[in-house]
Amino acid sequence: MPVFLTDEEYTILTSVCSRLIPSEDGPGATEAGVVDYIDTLLGAFSYDPPRIWAAGPYSGRHGGDPGFAEFLTLSPLEELAWRSRIEGSLGLAEREVNGPVVGLQQRYREGVAALGSGFPELSPSEQDAALHAHAEFAALVFEHACEGMYGAPEYGGNRDLVGWRLIDFAGDVQPRGYTDAEVSEP
Amino acid sequence: MNPGPGTARDFDAIIVGSGPGGSAAALALTETGRSVLVVEKGRNHLIDLDDPRRLIQRYSNDEIKFGPRHFLGPDPIVEPRTFRISEADGDRVFVGEVNSVPATVGGGAVHADGKVPRFLEEDFRLLSERGPVEGAEVVDWPLCYDDLEPFYEQAEGLIGVSGAAGSNPFAAPRSAPYPMPPGPAMYVARLTSAAAERAGLHPYPAPTAANSVPYGGRPACNNCGFCSFFGCPIHAKGDPVAMLQRALLSGRAQIWPETCATRVVIEHGRATGVELLDQAGRRWVEPAASVVVAAGAIETPRLLLLSGVEHPLLGRYAMFHFQTYVAGHFPQRLHVHRGRAVTHVHDDHLVSDLASRAAAAAAGLPWIRGGMVEHAGASLPIEEAKLYPWGSGHGASMAASPMRDHLGALVMQGEDLPQSGNRVDLDPAVRDARGLPVARVTYGPHRHELAASDHYSGILTEVLKGAGAEWTVTATSPMPATPLTPYGDLISPIPASRHVMGTARMGRDPADAVCDPWGRLFAAPNVLVADSSVFPTSAGYGPTLTIVALALRNAAAFSAGT
Ligand SMILES: Cc1cc2nc3c(=O)[nH]c(=O)nc-3n(C[C@H](O)[C@H](O)[C@H](O)COP(=O)(O)OP(=O)(O)OC[C@H]3O[C@@H](n4cnc5c(N)ncnc54)[C@H](O)[C@@H]3O)c2cc1C
Ligand code: SF4
Repeated sequence: MPVFLTDEEYTILTSVCSRLIPSEDGPGATEAGVVDYIDTLLGAFSYDPPRIWAAGPYSGRHGGDPGFAEFLTLSPLEELAWRSRIEGSLGLAEREVNGPVVGLQQRYREGVAALGSGFPELSPSEQDAALHAHAEFAALVFEHACEGMYGAPEYGGNRDLVGWRLIDFAGDVQPRGYTDAEVSEP
Repeated sequence: MNPGPGTARDFDAIIVGSGPGGSAAALALTETGRSVLVVEKGRNHLIDLDDPRRLIQRYSNDEIKFGPRHFLGPDPIVEPRTFRISEADGDRVFVGEVNSVPATVGGGAVHADGKVPRFLEEDFRLLSERGPVEGAEVVDWPLCYDDLEPFYEQAEGLIGVSGAAGSNPFAAPRSAPYPMPPGPAMYVARLTSAAAERAGLHPYPAPTAANSVPYGGRPACNNCGFCSFFGCPIHAKGDPVAMLQRALLSGRAQIWPETCATRVVIEHGRATGVELLDQAGRRWVEPAASVVVAAGAIETPRLLLLSGVEHPLLGRYAMFHFQTYVAGHFPQRLHVHRGRAVTHVHDDHLVSDLASRAAAAAAGLPWIRGGMVEHAGASLPIEEAKLYPWGSGHGASMAASPMRDHLGALVMQGEDLPQSGNRVDLDPAVRDARGLPVARVTYGPHRHELAASDHYSGILTEVLKGAGAEWTVTATSPMPATPLTPYGDLISPIPASRHVMGTARMGRDPADAVCDPWGRLFAAPNVLVADSSVFPTSAGYGPTLTIVALALRNAAAFSAGT
């Protein structure tokens, strides 16, 4: 169940992500659950604490406790920043010191609507053409898709570490780290 | 947090900012018996303030948190800066992130990867040694290397620096070895430093503020690779933690995080306190006998301008290192994500030689000077993923990794000449979330930086080829502006260097300098400026060790009233 996106938006955005980072010889955005990363960001404030910063210091993947599973609380200034970024300024004076801010929620809602409910049925080349025609929105989703593909799985993406496995990357390695030989030798 | 407005706390000094400069000042003042309050506008993720021996563990190997999500602040949506190249651009051309370093307890050093060399003797005497350059205000410092040497030694011991004395033939004399031996060399740096040696250069293990062995009660670095732009999850970095711990343990220091200084109250040439604003929205003036400003070389002039300090040079001579990146593609994988980001450096391009003199003459300049070159490669997958175009082939590019795991880089932190038009002032319209005018940076490189970059990038290209690179690319930051250069992007006229200097230069004569030779404001001598704002020239080295050494020296003198 998505936390912010509607089911239809979720379906459209899943197709968008699968064109931006396609599953070709290996896994892509679909296998990594990139759309869940984006939905978690857009709905970050439906959780308490909000899903902005994983706590750490370790994930438990290389020793230590799984501290990435917890999230940190925000200070009032940080909450102001993140609510403005995600929800937009919504006409609130404290969010409009330098004028109105369009939030990510609105940009996604409008971007997905502009691509239309028929997007998932288009052929891959038609989908690419539609994304090129909405280049600004495609660039926004691509940025988040990269984060959801190659960031820590606790943020909702990189499911089963498919992103890191694809590139043979260990991800967070504390508290184990790397040995001197792993640093210095070929 | 802070206890809020109260009465008669009577601090000897309020220190604005808890980065390397503010922390060193806090230590020097408490060690000479003074009581200090450190106010820091950012959050505390470093030290348990109730039990300073305990460190907080909230830093992590998390590219999302420290990259696109601004964990250590400042978040440009609530604390932007603005930028323009010159007045001809109008009020500004960009609003957002301009040279930000973390706003958090510990300041920028929390996520620096910490190359902390000393300056050369020549860096303090640039005008005498090299002479004037048209269009720039090259000057000597009002102190020399020997004045600072004992404080360099103290700073290295406090921060914890690993390095190899005697390995750099250009280094100034030192009275003691480094506190720790160098850590392990990164594979890519072994390749490039061997090639540099074959090319007649003199690479050496980078003096680094990271523990190579357990030191100061903190563990040795375990090479996790999430170093530059990240806090250290195990506290192996030589950030200001040790200085802050010692100051707190003296019982004479307090740190109030999430408390912003909005104005230094100055009456008749003397500071009487600092106006504070906290996250609960409380605003009050906290009185103090003196004030230390160490908010970083962009926020310090901003605060002094907000405080009504009047000096025609305040904010002027802003300097950033002019960075030249030469990257080479190697056939083999370099595993650049293991290690401390940079393990070797060379200083040859700071020293005058026949080739650089010829290059200077050809460019119509009396001389050129480059900077320290970092042998580096570190970058991480999200950053890499955003470099390849979206669509078919993206996964294949990531798996092959031409832009990360096969890339070795040499980065020169080039000397940036002081120009009076390069400055920090208050933006006439843009405000932060607290309602205060933000800092506006006006900056364009001097011809000197472009000529030096041009000359030395050729040498660096040959080194990379000699190390086995199949092809190389060169880029600079700032990128000289063209109508197509995007602001705030990877390639941008906004300097990417996080080394910011100048803006309240020190000197002997109040007509030529904002601060006296001991870092005190000429306009209010009980205000000490304890960060790189006071640097008269930029040198070709990261500023942090010199910030700490100078703050230790100047704060001790400030305390003694000399
Ligand atoms: C990724 C990265 C890598 C770096 N690598 C190196 C390196 O290898 N070598 C090197 O020498 N340097 C390096 N640096 C630069 C280094 O971080 C700075 O030189 C150093 O932190 C400057 O110290 P400072 O004390 O002058 O200021 P800062 O560290 O900027 O500290 C100033 C503090 O003051 C606070 N503050 C500002 N305004 C106010 C206010 N009004 N009220 C209260 N608090 C306020 C800020 O929040 C901040 O915490 C690097 C920086 C970055 C970001
Ligand atoms: S590389 Fe070393 S110093 Fe840097 S963050 Fe990792 S453990 Fe800490």
